[in-house]
Amino acid sequence: MIQIDLKKTLQGANGSMLLELNLEIAEGQFVTLYGPSGAGKTSTLRMIAGLMPPDSGKLIVGGVVWFDSENRKNLSIQKRGVGYVFQDYALFPHMTVLENLNFAKAKNTQQTLINQLLELMELGDLQHRKPETLSGGQKQRVALARSVVQQPKILLLDEPLAALDAAIRHKLQGYLKRIHDEFKLTTILISHDVGEIVKLSDYVYHLEAGKLIAHGKPETLFMGQSISGKFKFTGEVLVIQHEEIVSVLSILINTQVVKVVVSHEEATKLQPGNHVLVVSKAFNPLVYKLEN
Amino acid sequence: MNWEPLILTFKLALVTTIILFVIAIPVAYKLSKSSSRLKPVVEALVSMPLVLPPTVLGFYFLIAFSPNNALGSWLSEWLGIKLIFSFPGLVVASIIYSLPFMVHPIQAGLSGISKSITEASYVMGKSKWETLLRVQLPQIKPALLTGIVLSFAHTVGEFGVVLMIGGNIPGKTKVASIAIYDEVEALNYDVANAYSLVLFAITFSILLVVYLVNGKYLKRFWK
Repeated sequence: MIQIDLKKTLQGANGSMLLELNLEIAEGQFVTLYGPSGAGKTSTLRMIAGLMPPDSGKLIVGGVVWFDSENRKNLSIQKRGVGYVFQDYALFPHMTVLENLNFAKAKNTQQTLINQLLELMELGDLQHRKPETLSGGQKQRVALARSVVQQPKILLLDEPLAALDAAIRHKLQGYLKRIHDEFKLTTILISHDVGEIVKLSDYVYHLEAGKLIAHGKPETLFMGQSISGKFKFTGEVLVIQHEEIVSVLSILINTQVVKVVVSHEEATKLQPGNHVLVVSKAFNPLVYKLEN
Repeated sequence: MNWEPLILTFKLALVTTIILFVIAIPVAYKLSKSSSRLKPVVEALVSMPLVLPPTVLGFYFLIAFSPNNALGSWLSEWLGIKLIFSFPGLVVASIIYSLPFMVHPIQAGLSGISKSITEASYVMGKSKWETLLRVQLPQIKPALLTGIVLSFAHTVGEFGVVLMIGGNIPGKTKVASIAIYDEVEALNYDVANAYSLVLFAITFSILLVVYLVNGKYLKRFWK
């Protein structure tokens, strides 16, 4: 079990912000930290890994105190032995795939584990390549494999799939799940992708401006509304065009610009830059199968 | 032509570069990580030899290490080291004189390594020392090569500092640049020209090799 009770003042784009967390994560769970940029998600992972010192509080992992401000205890990064996948993969550029994995070996790591990982992540053919010759998805597979070489109890994933396109994301989500199950890890993932969260995680913590504002199972947290048969998306109004009878809004939803028709009356309430919720009935929409 | 000054020059440059390499790595490492208020002071001190006339540096060395002064007499009495008009004195002065040429490229190289790569190594349980040797330094080979070559070349080319602190003792402190000056004063233009040509050719070749290697032109020949 991971008991987190930490406080840290962060300097963000909008001045300073107090990150205040109090939560417990059961062993073997796959949990997700969800929330807007600057909410303190990455800082939370960094504090768990020991890369960032908290201001105060306690961090207890499996009964061992990793951080305790009252007793001035702070276990070094090296001794925590967590697995960490960085947003930019952080592969060592001067080493081949195999050398990257070998570097992560602890004294008691068996070579068979490396072979097992190469096989599990389908990296066998790439093992003698340097990172610069790999695609984004391949790099991420190496980073993922490398993070579990030292057989960590905890795996921390900082938006590992954010830079990849949908098809590769989908495939890598499978690898994530496989790694989590195979090595019986407690995994903490940072993600913005609701589909990914629902697919992978047992539990979700929703952070905003340094505070935990909601938590629960992903189905209850995200799907409660959609069971009612509606699509709901949040987006940003980019352009409002006033036509003769109606107005056309261009709304940015994730990375797609969608044109939506509304009445003049509705349009007058909106301005470009407004954040809006777009809701539509989900009865009998067109559904196309995508190739994986 | 007497080869002694040339051999002495390259011996001095070699010894200086080796010692400097060992000293500069920790200095550059500290500077690249530090956000201390003292950092600008240290950086300014390291960079001073870039702008200070070499004679100024040599002059203060002469004063500091003179056996008539506290430091100089302590060194000669307790450690038996005489730094004035001796080869070890030239090495010490050259190390300080060429310090920025070794520290700057290494510092720039280390600062350029992405933070997450270093952190990834720590997370894998590797110490700072092991991370430096196995992750950081291997990644900045071009910077290391630049530092080594620039320090070497700069030491080969020094004149003012050497003249002030080493004087002109054949076989001990008479390096090529001073020998050239000496021969010109004695109107032996042929000998001066011979020394100069050798220095010219060697320094050009060294720099050419650096640019070829760092420009990756040589990569296709190695593969």
